[in-house]
Amino acid sequence: MKILSGFSGMTGSIRILGLLSLLCLPFMVAATPPDAPPIILIQNATILTVSHGTIEHGSILIKDGKIAEVGESVKAPKDAQVIDAAGQFVMPGIIDCHSHIAVDGSVNEGSVSVSSMANIADVLDPDDIDIYRDLAGGVTVANVLHGSANSIGGQTQVIKLRWGQPAAKLPFEGALPGIKFALGENPKRSNFSIPGQPRRYPTTRMGVEETIRGAFTEARDYKKAWDDYNKRFNAGEKSLIPPRRDLKLEPLVEVLEGKRYVHSHCYREDEILMLLRVAKEFGFKVRTFQHVLEGYKVADEIAAAGVGASTFSDWWAYKVEAYDAIPYNAALMTRRGVVVSINSDDAEEATHLNQEAAKSMKFGGLSHDEALKMVTLNPALQLGIDRRVGTIDVGKDADLAIYNHDPLSAYAVVQKTLIDGRVYFDRQRDITDRQAREKEKKALLDKEKKSSEKKPDATVTIGQKPGEKKPEAKKPDEKKPEEKKPEEKPKPPAAVGSIGGGL
Amino acid sequence: MLRYKHSCLVCVASLLFLLPSAFAQTQTANTYAITHAKIFTLAGSPIEDGTLVIRDGKIAAVGAGVEVPAGAQVIDAKGLQVYPGLFDPITQMGLREIGAVSATVDSSETGSFNPDVVAATAVSPSSEHIPVTRAAGITEVLAVPGSGGFDSGGSRGVLGGQASAIHLGGWVIEEMLLKKSAAMVLNWPRIETRSFDFETFTRKEKPYTEAKQEYEKQVNELTEWLERARHYSQVMEKSSAAKYDRDLKLEALVPVIRGELPLLIFADRARDIRNAVEFCDKHNLRMILAGGDEAYKVKDLLRSKSIPVILRPTLTLPEDEDDPYDRLLSQPAELAAADVKFAFGSFDNSFARRLGQNAANAVAYGLPYDEALRAVTVNPAQILGLGNQIGTLETGKIANIIVTNGDPLEITTDVRYLFIRGQLTSTDNRHKSLYGKYLNRPKPVN
Repeated sequence: MKILSGFSGMTGSIRILGLLSLLCLPFMVAATPPDAPPIILIQNATILTVSHGTIEHGSILIKDGKIAEVGESVKAPKDAQVIDAAGQFVMPGIIDCHSHIAVDGSVNEGSVSVSSMANIADVLDPDDIDIYRDLAGGVTVANVLHGSANSIGGQTQVIKLRWGQPAAKLPFEGALPGIKFALGENPKRSNFSIPGQPRRYPTTRMGVEETIRGAFTEARDYKKAWDDYNKRFNAGEKSLIPPRRDLKLEPLVEVLEGKRYVHSHCYREDEILMLLRVAKEFGFKVRTFQHVLEGYKVADEIAAAGVGASTFSDWWAYKVEAYDAIPYNAALMTRRGVVVSINSDDAEEATHLNQEAAKSMKFGGLSHDEALKMVTLNPALQLGIDRRVGTIDVGKDADLAIYNHDPLSAYAVVQKTLIDGRVYFDRQRDITDRQAREKEKKALLDKEKKSSEKKPDATVTIGQKPGEKKPEAKKPDEKKPEEKKPEEKPKPPAAVGSIGGGL
Repeated sequence: MLRYKHSCLVCVASLLFLLPSAFAQTQTANTYAITHAKIFTLAGSPIEDGTLVIRDGKIAAVGAGVEVPAGAQVIDAKGLQVYPGLFDPITQMGLREIGAVSATVDSSETGSFNPDVVAATAVSPSSEHIPVTRAAGITEVLAVPGSGGFDSGGSRGVLGGQASAIHLGGWVIEEMLLKKSAAMVLNWPRIETRSFDFETFTRKEKPYTEAKQEYEKQVNELTEWLERARHYSQVMEKSSAAKYDRDLKLEALVPVIRGELPLLIFADRARDIRNAVEFCDKHNLRMILAGGDEAYKVKDLLRSKSIPVILRPTLTLPEDEDDPYDRLLSQPAELAAADVKFAFGSFDNSFARRLGQNAANAVAYGLPYDEALRAVTVNPAQILGLGNQIGTLETGKIANIIVTNGDPLEITTDVRYLFIRGQLTSTDNRHKSLYGKYLNRPKPVN
């Protein structure tokens, strides 16, 4: 699959290192993955198929993790596990085309302007609580992106939110890998500087273009060097010295060969057209524009280039390039023929993407089905996984979200979320288990307290990495640090006092 | 279907009507009658087929059999619903235009003790946020200074200044003012062992004992300010102004000391809330809690002391990873059951229009609908001491009113008409006009 021999082996060994480091993580109460019953029947539901309308009082039969039947009357075998969804709504699991959950540590390798050698796949964290929280918001698939600190950022990974499974089970099998690009204020660092460090090139939109053009010029030469070498090698020439491998350029060669998707963070209309020109120059395609808050101004151009747009519902004014952002963006681009999705860029926002999609009905008058597509079929198309997920159709993965109301309402609450036919989130079970979890936490805290009282000089306690200094006894009321991530998180609704990140 | 056709007519009619009213604030009409509407007064049961009369900025009459006065502009609101405009009790409206551009941000003064600064001074009446927020049915807000944000460099200060209640309409601040000084902002000091240092752009950690000492130092300083203000207040009472040196900061604290001005105390953790309550008790101060992530843990205390809460957006994720995922979503139901008075706030500008959405989400997690509606109308008004002026549709109250095609908390509902101080006010804004402009962009030539 990989063009360059040795590449996959290399990535593999990095992955193994990643896993080893995970084994050293502090002790955590591991969630156990749910069973996979061979046959599930969801019955009496309002089924929002997205592809072929709404079925009232319908049923879905799930076999081996796939949707086996959908319709008004479905005959199920006797041994099927039944989920009675009377009065409830089933929709395809939500697909978040822009996420930063399940990442261990920072999402930004910000030291260089081309950080294509860094790969999110190497730092997946299956214990990130945001996986579970987003599951509870009906999300089943997330496009986990590197941050926006660089004109060309790191490699990205599409995951399924298989809470309780190890990191190796998170990646969406067969999904094409991606790479993050970023244009505008973030890569040129308009809104912050790092004390004690000189300014990093680029600092203008001109420089951003040249950074990308320069990287692809190198990548084109690099590809040629390997093509020449392989040609001569295959022709039987012996004693050839292969070109030196370049981990930065390899992913860009994959972009040139159409084997890796470009997901580009952008805001302003001019930079959107800039990237389209550069892509044309080098003969690659941009897969999605991310955020693309001025996409509505150049929707015809985006549509003509066949690029998807993944945007916010109603974020605006957190920086200059977001000042012309309008909540009509999704609808306007849709009307001009662009495939549009609504994304989160934020663990909290992801918990209510159904509601965010509903805003495209209010702002711009999209239909109920068009609004649903914003968080299901359209992101699936954008990520090239639409044959597997995004609608409720026979043969697709049984990735489903069950709500107690029409999901395009602020009153809808997720009852169950299924991935591959397994119930990964169940609201009733979550509520029932709360007491036990609290009790378990208290027992652990008591134990820790006791052991630290008994052995004040003990150097190792549970939850401690070897060689690490003994942590202070836990103060239950202690605040987590307010962390500023130099990426796209402008939202202060969490707290007025919180730092809006974003920049 | 009939209903649908009808509401389309209403829609067209309202468009025609609203076109000239892009300049609504100059309109001279002062008597309006909204007829045939379902009116949610929030001061009793909803009125079917009701009429509401507005005269000289106030509600002149409301009821089922109310007569339309001669010369009134009539809005036939058949099929529509009438509510008090929504009240967002924590925003930085007019104080922050573009978060990342410090030149456009005036929400937090430097230094720790700034009781004398007043939000109203810096509210920009032509902020684009105002019409955008208004279009979501929000007719008045509290503009809150000194509560953090982009401009504060991460530090919050302790006494942040005076928050101003403003109408979201008016040419100059004098026309917008509902109450210039409605609350004194106090960021309750926190014991922070970890913080982000903007000077060096690194995360800093310090031992608990050190953090505790810093906390105590801040509380002591705060106490000292209040004691000096108490003394100052006594001097003010007993001698003429010529006989003492005027101190602007202490003077600003006098209404707080005298219990005339409530403290708007930002605190989230149960321990901080308890400490703040104890502090206010000890110094005999009025307290409104803001934030209140763990208010549920101290609900009995809050009820017994009659301390109201302005809750941050319910959709916010819990601080602790061990907390139930719906901790903040289900808290309002718990507080309502415990009879704690609360309101919802956006704690923001550009997300202020999500106020209704956040209230509706609390309903989804168990809060009775009526309580949610009250928490964005009458409750914030009462909490800020404005309950006799605004928040319900009763005769004599300021006519801040919305006419909608449905539940004002639901995402897809539209505001058809909006009155601020009795003026029919446009819902046009930056977003609508950019939409109109690019909707009509011709196909590119190539």
